[in-house]
Amino acid sequence: MISAMLLRALDRRAVWLVCALLLVALAIPFANLVLPEGHPLHLPNYLVPLLGKYMSYAMLALALDLVWGYCGILSLGHGAFFALGGYAMGMYLMRQIGTRGVYGNPILPDFMVFLNYKTLPWFWYGFDNFWFACLMVVLVPGVLAFVFGFLAFRSRVTGVYLSIITQALTYALMLAFFRNDFGFGGNNGLTDYKDILGFNVLSATTRGALFAATCIALAVAVLVCSAIVNSKLGKVMVAIRDAESRTRFLGYRVDNVKLFAFVVSAVIAGVAGALYVPQVGIINPSEFEPGNSIEIVIWTAVGGRGTLVGPIVGGLLLNFGKTVFTSLWPDYWLFALGGLFVLVTLFLPKGIVGTIRDLLARKAPPRRDNTQPEATGAEDAPLVTEPAE
Amino acid sequence: MSEASDRFKTMLYLNGVSVSFDGFKALNNLSIIVHPNEMLAIIGPNGAGKTTMMDIITGKTRPDDGEVFFDGNIDLTRLDEAAIANLGVGRKFQKPTVFESHTVWDNLQLALKTPRGVFSTLAYVAANDDVARIDAILDTIRLSGRKGELAAGLSHGQKQWLEIGMLLAQDPKLLLVDEPVAGMTDAETVETAKLLKDIARTRSVVVVEHDMSFVRELGVRVSCLAEGSVLAEGTLDQVSANPVVIERYLGR
Repeated sequence: MISAMLLRALDRRAVWLVCALLLVALAIPFANLVLPEGHPLHLPNYLVPLLGKYMSYAMLALALDLVWGYCGILSLGHGAFFALGGYAMGMYLMRQIGTRGVYGNPILPDFMVFLNYKTLPWFWYGFDNFWFACLMVVLVPGVLAFVFGFLAFRSRVTGVYLSIITQALTYALMLAFFRNDFGFGGNNGLTDYKDILGFNVLSATTRGALFAATCIALAVAVLVCSAIVNSKLGKVMVAIRDAESRTRFLGYRVDNVKLFAFVVSAVIAGVAGALYVPQVGIINPSEFEPGNSIEIVIWTAVGGRGTLVGPIVGGLLLNFGKTVFTSLWPDYWLFALGGLFVLVTLFLPKGIVGTIRDLLARKAPPRRDNTQPEATGAEDAPLVTEPAE
Repeated sequence: MSEASDRFKTMLYLNGVSVSFDGFKALNNLSIIVHPNEMLAIIGPNGAGKTTMMDIITGKTRPDDGEVFFDGNIDLTRLDEAAIANLGVGRKFQKPTVFESHTVWDNLQLALKTPRGVFSTLAYVAANDDVARIDAILDTIRLSGRKGELAAGLSHGQKQWLEIGMLLAQDPKLLLVDEPVAGMTDAETVETAKLLKDIARTRSVVVVEHDMSFVRELGVRVSCLAEGSVLAEGTLDQVSANPVVIERYLGR
């Protein structure tokens, strides 16, 4: 059963994508660490974590695509799962600082000393262990998505109403995390990391390794998503997207299918967030901002929803664009993003990848199992005749 | 108690079912019985409650009053759509609703009677029997030649047939078929009547239809609904000779 699923996951497109990601995982650290400075292909140090950040955003877009592109659930709160995964990793990194903080407290992170905490809050226990933090990276977004999805899908909250409550979810979390007494550093969030697994977070080798880890995690996420969308369950998800009540009348428990997709997606988003944090060096409540979650939707839409490559392309392209654009004309980025979204919705409803695929398909029509309706004779004629225009 | 023992022999048993929406009585003390391997045709003017009746049987709408039993003693008013579908009640909608972005084959595979759980669906691998069964259904609905095409590309009549094929794939004990020949040519209508009669040899079928020549073609027991309850019942000739039916429905 497992081997059948793995085989199914490895369709031609997914294999190419995974190979490309693995190649990038090697090439970028190579260009940074091995090629000498002055070599035309040498990559400066500051670019590696930046590219790693793009990769984690691409993974986040892929997570959103699984629920939105394939199952029709437009989540406007996916940034929340990303940020929760990020906070779990951030808590581990804070505990690794130890006595090297400004206040030198071996247990309490700086912000807790500053806020007059006497003891470590119970929910910080265990985060000094990497394995525990990794577990929480998966569990916290997963459990939140499970509880939230269970309630929402069982009550048959769909469409724009679901989008609104996901938006409310991330907004509520943002307000909570902004509070100093919530125990996660308030406004300033978690920062000033020193080590991850004993390696200096800021060193070029660690950053190269983190970049490679992000690419590999994205490749694994592609395989997981590919296994899901190529299975019969993936077809049920698309059926739900296109005709929810019809799927119900076929006997499928629509709420359970949605819940499954939502939880898997939240976990992928959480892992992406955990990889993001050590590379950018900070996590704070602004990651929960509703605007961030809406941007994810735009990346996915521009890249092409309902494909596995699309959100990755969209996530990489738009974030690269954002970096360039905001350094050149910082005041106009939001206009450009909004305009792009409108243009893509109007002229490229399938996104970049979907449109390219359509163009290729038009050039070479896909093979069918049977291109010609069987010429079974006149008695069948009424059933295969198209109505006269 | 004789009433209850009668109930146990039925496939579908509606007794005194009423439901109202915002004060409008969509069904008013409706009682209908369908026996195993029997086909019942339901006619009636628009707004008579035909679709509401199907909604109640399939669990989409809960009745305010009355009892609905399937296969003798299964109370359908306590179950939801998916549970009712899995018990063996298949429904074909008035407007053909096939999954347009799936191929004809995938549409049938989704409908095929296999375990419906999330993880068994995720791990599903088509068994030889399943493939053979889909091939057989494709022959029956005459779409073998187009099995690899997207359902969106089918003509209206073909979509109707694909949906009937999906019903067959579900292997239900009771089929609810809402206006199966709407938008079909005369020749297609005749074929559809043949197919439904064939299906009714081993299953119970309820057909809602406006097309009188099609109902005549079926040659089965007819119930005429109006304003949420049964106006007349019997053969098509008996029902269409009924003065009340003529006044309220046929003689418009």
